[in-house]
Amino acid sequence: MKNFGFSSIKPRVIDYDKNNRTVLDYIMEHEPSFALCIGCGGCAATCSAARFTDMSLRKINILLKRGENDEVRRLINKCMLCGKCTLVCPRGVNTRNVIFLTQQAFKKLDNYAV
Amino acid sequence: MKQEGKKRIWKEFQKEIPDDHFFFVRSCIRQSFFPGSEQFLIKLLREELGKDIYEDPRHTTCTGIGYHSDVVPFETIQTVVARHFALATERGYKDILISCVTSFGIYEEIVETWKHFPETLEKTREYLYKATKREFEVPRTILHTSDAVYKFKDEIASRMKYPLIDHRTGEPLKAVEHIGCHYSKMFPKYGVGGAEFPHTLVGMIESWGGEVIDYPERRHCCGFGFRQYLIQADRGYSMSNSKKKFESMEPYKPEFVLANCPGCTMFMDKWQYTIKEQEGKTYGVNGQGIPVLTYEELAGLVMGYDPWDLGVQYHMVQSEPLMDKMGIPYDKDKKYIAKDGSKLEAPKNLINA
Repeated sequence: MKNFGFSSIKPRVIDYDKNNRTVLDYIMEHEPSFALCIGCGGCAATCSAARFTDMSLRKINILLKRGENDEVRRLINKCMLCGKCTLVCPRGVNTRNVIFLTQQAFKKLDNYAV
Repeated sequence: MKQEGKKRIWKEFQKEIPDDHFFFVRSCIRQSFFPGSEQFLIKLLREELGKDIYEDPRHTTCTGIGYHSDVVPFETIQTVVARHFALATERGYKDILISCVTSFGIYEEIVETWKHFPETLEKTREYLYKATKREFEVPRTILHTSDAVYKFKDEIASRMKYPLIDHRTGEPLKAVEHIGCHYSKMFPKYGVGGAEFPHTLVGMIESWGGEVIDYPERRHCCGFGFRQYLIQADRGYSMSNSKKKFESMEPYKPEFVLANCPGCTMFMDKWQYTIKEQEGKTYGVNGQGIPVLTYEELAGLVMGYDPWDLGVQYHMVQSEPLMDKMGIPYDKDKKYIAKDGSKLEAPKNLINA
């Protein structure tokens, strides 16, 4: 490859045609309560991991729905599965299970099992 | 909507294009990168159509690239443009025919500034007189050369030898039209069809038998944008704009791109080479590139002129696959023969060669 001193930049548009939403589909299938989320951010506010890292379940929720999985993959392993988010969720979403299922979905995706 | 209503609204998007007597001003980029286009435009208007087109050797750059790069102040560029108007006034021309879309935008911007702020016109008159002892009239019409070719598109169609039709299948050739941003996005009233429905290139393609593709990023900028390419490290911004357009048009399988802006023609052509070198990707069918042509080159091709006289070989993406489809004969051995018969060095790394 020739070095021109510059390279193309990936556009920052959310491309729903190209993005992969299989991880979200997998979560929705196994934890339907995820659809009840209203994005209040209670989970992110109480998150133990967020005190030390940039972990945010609210952000993960949005990214999963957009199908932008690369960032989710980076964030998801920061969770300690303490379950405080599940305790505060006003809609009764089993957020701990959502985290668990997301990690599981990525493992299956890497093994072409989803 | 009623048909009459539609027609009335469409009238508002029209531009009055004079029939004859043009004061022609050249483009810096077009003279350097595809000089055959300007040469053919003069030949087309003067010899084919018998129009009066005058070119003054004292004409200079409009300094538009310097202006858009914050090197040339607005007062200076106004005076430079006023000098061009003075040259036209001296010769008795009232309609300026501009070869470059950047210059076209500059002329529009200056004329509109003078209209809304008459004191700037007086100041410019004073500056020009102090510097050169010249006086000028503001031109009656500001025309782009694509406007002129659009105006005479049907005359060109009547002289057409090779229409935009695949001669083997009889299907119309699919084309992408790309209008330069400074043609009608800044001052829509100066462009045929305004900013929403620019019709200049569409009119030419349809009149010459082709089919225009409507793809999602059709009105996206090519990325020329002056500041985006002046510094080498920034050129990725420029290239990414073109790449976005190519990715969007690729599924529609266009045979060629027709552009009316020198910057768009140059960058959409040359970035295809850069993207191929960097990412190994081309956007045409069968791993080919998509030729990017100027409207004069296309007019010359459909009228049966020698493609090498038109200068189509001086693009990075070569037009042979397109010419094969149109049934245009060409001699490969004469591709790089100069007018004096000497052999020019053939460029390397061309696409579709």
